[in-house]
Amino acid sequence: MQKQKIIVVGGGLAGLMATIKIAEKGIPVDIISLVPVKRSHSVCAQGGINAALDTKGQNDSTWEHFYDTVYGGDFLANQPPVKNMCDAAPGIIHYMARAGVMFSRTPEGLLDLRLFGGVKKRRTAFAGATTGQQLLYGCDEQVRKYEAMGLVNKYEGWEFLSAVIDENRVCRGIVAQNLTTMEIKVFKADAVLLATGGAGLIYGKSTNSTINTGSAASSVYQQGVGYANAEFVQIHPTGMIGDDKCRLMSEASRGEGGRVWTYKDGKPWYFLEEWYPAYGNVVPRDIAARAIYKVCVEMGLGIDGKNQVYLDLTHLDEDFLNRRLGGILEIYQNFHGDDPRKVPMKIFPAVHYFMGGIYVDWNHMTEISGLFAAGECDYMYHGANRLGANSLLSALYSGTVAGPSIVEYVNNLDKAKDDVKSSVYESELKKQQEINEKIYRMDGDENPYKLHQEMGDIMRENVTIVRYNNKLKETDEKLQELMERYQNIGLPDKSKWSNQDVMFTRQLWNMMELARVITLGALNRNESRGAHYKPEFPERDDENWLKTTKAYWTENGPQFEYEDVDISLVKPVPRKYDVDARKTKKEG
Amino acid sequence: MTREYIHLKIKRQDNRDSKPYWEEFKVPYKPNQNVVSVLMEIRKNPVNIRGEKVAPVVWECNCLEEVCGACTMLINGKPRQSCSALIDKLPDGVITLEPLTKFPVIRDLMVDRQVMFENLKKVKAWVETDGCFDLGPPPRMNDKDRERAYELSRCMTCGCCLEACPNVNNKSPFMGAQALSQVVLFNMHPNGKMNKEERLEAAMKKGGIVDCGNSQNCVRACPKEIPLDKSLAQLNKDTTIHGILNWLKK
Repeated sequence: MQKQKIIVVGGGLAGLMATIKIAEKGIPVDIISLVPVKRSHSVCAQGGINAALDTKGQNDSTWEHFYDTVYGGDFLANQPPVKNMCDAAPGIIHYMARAGVMFSRTPEGLLDLRLFGGVKKRRTAFAGATTGQQLLYGCDEQVRKYEAMGLVNKYEGWEFLSAVIDENRVCRGIVAQNLTTMEIKVFKADAVLLATGGAGLIYGKSTNSTINTGSAASSVYQQGVGYANAEFVQIHPTGMIGDDKCRLMSEASRGEGGRVWTYKDGKPWYFLEEWYPAYGNVVPRDIAARAIYKVCVEMGLGIDGKNQVYLDLTHLDEDFLNRRLGGILEIYQNFHGDDPRKVPMKIFPAVHYFMGGIYVDWNHMTEISGLFAAGECDYMYHGANRLGANSLLSALYSGTVAGPSIVEYVNNLDKAKDDVKSSVYESELKKQQEINEKIYRMDGDENPYKLHQEMGDIMRENVTIVRYNNKLKETDEKLQELMERYQNIGLPDKSKWSNQDVMFTRQLWNMMELARVITLGALNRNESRGAHYKPEFPERDDENWLKTTKAYWTENGPQFEYEDVDISLVKPVPRKYDVDARKTKKEG
Repeated sequence: MTREYIHLKIKRQDNRDSKPYWEEFKVPYKPNQNVVSVLMEIRKNPVNIRGEKVAPVVWECNCLEEVCGACTMLINGKPRQSCSALIDKLPDGVITLEPLTKFPVIRDLMVDRQVMFENLKKVKAWVETDGCFDLGPPPRMNDKDRERAYELSRCMTCGCCLEACPNVNNKSPFMGAQALSQVVLFNMHPNGKMNKEERLEAAMKKGGIVDCGNSQNCVRACPKEIPLDKSLAQLNKDTTIHGILNWLKK
């Protein structure tokens, strides 16, 4: 039998975890990554990872973790996969700690836990305030071991361009580009996993890294894969707004006792504590972001008249802060100048996370056989709003599901990659080479980076915390205008060596395609649910909208379908954080 | 400090084999800029100081918050991350940007740092595990020990310590503090300890700890203030003891 080969695109937490699972079975993996995998965006996650480890004597349970997650997500997530994730969480943390992650410990040497948003119990394991970095390094090290054994090959500095899909709609490999030599090449594979993260760059600046364009996900969307729940984009309440990016100030700062306030009538006003007495400062992100928006934009009560409020840690012990939050205090101090131990931080909401993503089944396979997706680029676990510290979990967990699913898939495959007609590969390669040549020939007046800025500005303006239908329509028209102007780009750099403008120009088109999916998905959904809030339709409408959005690419823009959500485990109830209205009793 | 313009002098190189050259750019000043955001401005209008349209400057960056290590370069001669190099904190006048000198240049400010990842393989910088299935809770760990290990585990493989080290150069096989400090880290982990000897053996080979000249430049250059000097001292001690024990066993 021919040797099996699996391709994992993306070397963040989800991609590396899947790689570990696959390599453990002795099947070789090629990892395709824009950057050395150790520099993937997972490093930016700060506060922690949720698991009902119950080391605090609070009788926590995986069932409560599950309930908090679907409740926090305003009941839009399919419930069984969420439950499986929460059940698996403690085992995942145990493994990562065994594999070397330096999680903070209790005085008895057990895994320490802290409080996070949208929950009542301490459930968040953490490694200082650089938990994502530490988890990524843990996975990176395990993958390096398999690399040294010859089971894993890394193609770092390569960009995924498209999937190779045969006439039976089966994925047989990918086409990728070497970002130094600019060579475009076919990689044959028995199965492909996309673990390509979020798409914050669509909004210009966000808390995301510069590689988070969503380009890979958009590319397979344009090849016929469904893209689900795009309109659900998390706006993190506590960002540090910068020119080049919005740096995140972890939710852990609120979990550890940080208070959010502004001045009203000359006195500090702790508006989250006043409006949400049951949860106070640890309300979920969509709630906190809307509250800060209301205080600044609608009431005009931002600090110094600007769009900013205080996130205050100054009442907490300095030594405690250094141990628990050192990593983020360092970021604030380095990039802002003030010492957050002594002066309250100035923050404002920032685009942060994509709850939506590539539509997959519960084994993480897309609608194209052999093409899988995991991590932030899938849509599975967070519904309409993600709870803090659930992203590191869903990234790792989806990797642990996708990896074995892929192994099972390739073991049952009737035709191996080398038996596929060579024309299947050649035609996709040719298509991508033509796109590349077309970009090189672009000789107009528009600058791709300026077009990107314009797209980001209007997306941030109209498709974030508060959404109005007329503004959404306007945004879609603007996006179409930008797509026309795109054709008139003049490529600044014509070099055939390490040409970042070619890469960016290709990504920009893919971002624009996805931006329309987000905007039109939001326009269609006439209700308010989780991160999607329309003042014209302020209530959740389960009768009409307890449905997963699925977008499909057509030449005339995205076409939408809607699918019922699996609510087989708990009944949807109104979501409230001002009173403790949650019902945690196990049903059915 | 008042600037009207941000004046950058950048050492550019078109490809691996071509000759480097200097090119200057002036970008209108705005407050709260950093070197990366200025390079991003240049991309939007890539015109040099002589008014010539040129290719935008090529450089690496990703997280922009000093945790990924990608955007390391020489800024006014010092190795550091360009995202956290705030313009308002740099001295007035021309700001010079150069690629790191200890790694091969790919283009402009972008260098190939693959050697550091290869060195991690050489020293077996990982914990051996039986598999990624759930084997129950991890071994307990004293939080004080954990804190010391955590300091070392924050290394983002940026290359500042190699750049600053006089012993890392074309004529020496020395791998630098980055990989060697990881030996100390993995030898501290309760499970990692079980393979301590293998890592010490690797660190005793050519290019390992014996080639360290103890200049201590590494610890001063580290943006994360990792106590690399202590790591190297610890490794020196551990390898010496390991060597003596090996000799006694003969």
